[in-house]
Amino acid sequence: MVTADNTVPDIARVREVPRTVKDTASYTVFRVVNACVLVIICAVTLYPFINLAAKAFSSQGYIMAGQVNLWPRGFNLTTLEWLAQQERFWTGYGNTIIQTVGGTTIAMVLTTTMAYALAKKHLKGRGIVIAMVVVTMFFNGGLIPNYLLITNLGFKNTIWAIIVPNAISAFNLLVMKAFFENFPSELEEAAAIDGMTTYGIFFRIVLPLSKAVIATMILFYAVFFWNSWFPAMLYLSDAELQPVTLYLRNLLAGASGAGREAGMEEVQIGSNLKAVTMLLTVIPIIAVYPFVQKYFVTGVMLGSVKG
Amino acid sequence: MAPETGTVEAAPPARGEGPPAGAPVAVRGGDTRPPQQLRNKDTWARALRRDWRLYTFLILPIIYLLIFRYTPMAGNVVAFRRFRPGGSMFGDEWVGLYYFQAFIQDPKFWEVFFNTVILGALTLIVVFPLPIALALMLNELRSRRFKKITQTITYLPHFMSMVIVAGFVFELTAINGTVNQIISGFGGDPISFMQEAAWFRQIYVSSEIWQTVGFGTILYLAALTTIDDQLYEAARIDGANRWQQTWHITLPGIRPTIVVLLILNIGTFMAVGFEKVLLLYNPLTYPTADVIATYLYRVGINSGSFSYAAAIGLFEALIGLTLVLSANVIAKRTVGASLW
Repeated sequence: MVTADNTVPDIARVREVPRTVKDTASYTVFRVVNACVLVIICAVTLYPFINLAAKAFSSQGYIMAGQVNLWPRGFNLTTLEWLAQQERFWTGYGNTIIQTVGGTTIAMVLTTTMAYALAKKHLKGRGIVIAMVVVTMFFNGGLIPNYLLITNLGFKNTIWAIIVPNAISAFNLLVMKAFFENFPSELEEAAAIDGMTTYGIFFRIVLPLSKAVIATMILFYAVFFWNSWFPAMLYLSDAELQPVTLYLRNLLAGASGAGREAGMEEVQIGSNLKAVTMLLTVIPIIAVYPFVQKYFVTGVMLGSVKG
Repeated sequence: MAPETGTVEAAPPARGEGPPAGAPVAVRGGDTRPPQQLRNKDTWARALRRDWRLYTFLILPIIYLLIFRYTPMAGNVVAFRRFRPGGSMFGDEWVGLYYFQAFIQDPKFWEVFFNTVILGALTLIVVFPLPIALALMLNELRSRRFKKITQTITYLPHFMSMVIVAGFVFELTAINGTVNQIISGFGGDPISFMQEAAWFRQIYVSSEIWQTVGFGTILYLAALTTIDDQLYEAARIDGANRWQQTWHITLPGIRPTIVVLLILNIGTFMAVGFEKVLLLYNPLTYPTADVIATYLYRVGINSGSFSYAAAIGLFEALIGLTLVLSANVIAKRTVGASLW
């Protein structure tokens, strides 16, 4: 759909403009305005994050008075220290890590093996299975039947309710399949002649040479599970199992016990506490984001090529 | 190297992307008969003997799809059957269209139906064109560094959990938040945005813009790189200015991408950001914020009327399917681009 071949275009590329052609005055004006608008867009995109950090380190009084925007006022770490002592928060954090690692592992095992088998064009029955996958892109059972299924399986209040139902994403699967289809078949043939079985070829030849696409898929799934909160709200009523996103959601909704727990006399539940909790939740993503961003972009484009 | 040389001997010709076992090169030639005979010979028994290891890779994923994707699809029959707590997830007795009639006569359903249509339409009209505009703006940049930094920054919100996005909305629109400070700065009275139904749609659409527009440019930027530079050169020689180049070369060049994404967006029209609405709304804003998905959630999960809610869900899915199919047909007829 986007490109004819399977090479991923470099979308940060800028078009070369011949030096001999002079810009007209109006075009120069346009370029300056364009650059300014883009700078403003960047500023608006970043503002909520900056505002969040400022609020996280300000005292509640200044926030209530509406005086905290870009920079902390009445700098203090009391809320941060208080939150750092909250067991419920760290339990949530631990649960988030467990659901991210567990969910990503199951998803990767199923997605990689399935994509590899479906990438073999001679495989009999391949078309039917691919159709089975594509159908799930356009239809899903809907909230109620899914809820009844998970409940009937006895997954309620277990981690399985979160990590199993989202194991195969049709989009990710098709991206991986496209990648494996372009894997140089000579390598696999050579390994087969050397007497390697399909299993040997897959684990010892194909996987080690597919690190880039595997990294991309791991990131896609990991971000999904890290950010997920709604399945937890549906299926996990036991607070000991809830991820940090749900802890934050309850805090935002004011429905949580968090604010009413002992020790809250010193720290008012308010913008300050919300800001600190949000900050601690986003920090891991922001910390790795600059390094992994290009993998996401590649993944999206690989998907669109074959989509 | 491998202990299983015996089984391998039969397999190698079929490995990789080579032609199937014993297939002559003539398969790709003009003769139609050899491949026909070949297909007849490729029985399941043969395929299984040759590729049984590959099939083992498919066992778990297929079981998974059947249980977690196809069982819920079949589970929609609960919309036509009465569900008894503790009973079967497919319901216990047929009641025909009872639940469909029930929600069609329910004025509350029509309220959330129109809220969904309005919110979906606003998102489509306001948010959909913005990534195209942003991609075109990025395309005019001549500094690769500036372009990369802008891309990195504008993609960031896409990776935030919906809970974080909702948190940002609450913080910025709070009575002492930045938006109200600006309003006060201009001499206006602070507005309690999240408590007023009249503001919900604007807030929803704004947060949608913040979160999705940057990442939405990726596919357009990819399409832009495929436009042949020679077209621009020729246009310059013909005396076309930059606007004319954008209008006559750039936009037609990314039209297939625009059309495909538009069809996909129309398909998800009714499925307006359920998670976001669920996080942002409250009983005060229900008159504008309550959509089919959130109503269904409250009726089904919170009140336990599973069959009734499943009927609503099925109805919503049918509308979505109708929309995507008709958009696809229209796109095929008018601009010659389509999903399939």
